[in-house]
Amino acid sequence: MAKKAEQMSFEQSLARLEEIVKSLEKGDAPLAESLGLFEEGAGLIRACGKLLDEAEQKVVQLRKGPDGEPEELPFE
Amino acid sequence: MDEQTFTVSALNEYVKALLDSDPILRQVSVRGELSNYKVYPSGHHYFTMKDAEGSLRCVMFRFSAAKLRFRPENGMSVVATGRVTVYPRDGSYQLNVTGLMPEGVGDLQVAFEQLKAKLAAEGLFDPAHKKPLPLFPRRVAVITSGAGAAVHDIIRVLGKRWPLAKILVMPVRVQGMEAPPEIAGAIAYANRHALADLIITGRGGGSLEDLWAFNDERVARAIYASDIPVISAVGHEPDVTIADYVADRRAATPSNGAEIAGPDIQEVTAAVAQTDIRLRQAMAKKLEGLRRELDGLAARPALTDPEVYLGAKAMALDYARARLVAAAAKAAEEKRRAYVALAAKLDALSPLKVLGRGYAIAEKNGAAIRSAADAAVGDRIDVKLSGGSLDCVVEEVHCGEKG
Repeated sequence: MAKKAEQMSFEQSLARLEEIVKSLEKGDAPLAESLGLFEEGAGLIRACGKLLDEAEQKVVQLRKGPDGEPEELPFE
Repeated sequence: MDEQTFTVSALNEYVKALLDSDPILRQVSVRGELSNYKVYPSGHHYFTMKDAEGSLRCVMFRFSAAKLRFRPENGMSVVATGRVTVYPRDGSYQLNVTGLMPEGVGDLQVAFEQLKAKLAAEGLFDPAHKKPLPLFPRRVAVITSGAGAAVHDIIRVLGKRWPLAKILVMPVRVQGMEAPPEIAGAIAYANRHALADLIITGRGGGSLEDLWAFNDERVARAIYASDIPVISAVGHEPDVTIADYVADRRAATPSNGAEIAGPDIQEVTAAVAQTDIRLRQAMAKKLEGLRRELDGLAARPALTDPEVYLGAKAMALDYARARLVAAAAKAAEEKRRAYVALAAKLDALSPLKVLGRGYAIAEKNGAAIRSAADAAVGDRIDVKLSGGSLDCVVEEVHCGEKG
């Protein structure tokens, strides 16, 4: 079973999308399976589109904390 | 003037004092070729400078040697700077070198070429070792000065191109003695804590001296050891550093580094939209294909127009029936013909015809009397002849007579 769109990286989502579209374009899957693929593809496209539309750059400054672990600070 | 007799050491000391007091010899530059170059465990360097006619013993003490930025090699043409002094134990004089420069080219240039050759020989620039950059980076560590233009250029360009990536600024010094260990340390730290999926390290343009940290062996080795792909983005286009050779990708400038780091969000958005179109078209085509298949079935006469379909069957039935009737009629006709022919034959044999010619038929009890012997006197017989019949009684029987 394919992973849910939210759990996939952008790269994985695009790769899965390409797979789905290729399979649909071949057109030999039964209707029920085709519809399932279409649903999944449409979901991935929505998720990717949302990521792209809502992307907002985050910038932090990183420093080594007192325990040696990284600490994030706002970057001026 | 009285002749003086010196002890050896007194004379050496005298000469030493004489040379030490000469202002020219106190700070003098000498051009020559290096030979017999030796580095002692103490850290002091001993060597000889030569030209076609002479040679000069030289020493460079640890403190001065530590400031060397290239590795002196035998045969190298150099200019040594220092003071001339006497080594009293041998009674010989030597050049106490405080600075050594390759002749013609800068020492940094020489150092650069030397390190480049060394690291190349070790395989640090091997293309096979270079890692691919992530297509869609999620966390980009930027290792550069926190104050320079470079960090702002990188943030600005990456924010425009691929704002999905979170930028982690790891401020380091990019110039001076502290810079190489800080840069190398930040790269190692980012790897140790798996902070990012991509590193950009670099700085804005400057002189060869300014960029020197990125020609440092420690930085080169840290980049080589990094599991996270590294983009080197140092200076301006023509500046090439050792870091550029080791890095997985070389960027011409810090801004260019940010361009290489991520895809253009516009292009990715367009590609996703294109995929959306393909998905919908493929699904529509699939449905259309199925619809056509269904229409094809629905268009079959049995389903579209049962009357026509049945009509055709009825016609076939009628036709068959007509053929059957015709065949039956024909058979009947043939029978009739056979009957007529037979009847004609029968007619020819009919006794009625015989009666017409004057014969009569005698019948007793409905059966023809074929012989006179068959009748007896007193029998009532019926004689059929042309035009009717006669009821008769036998009065006499005459056998054997011709009838």
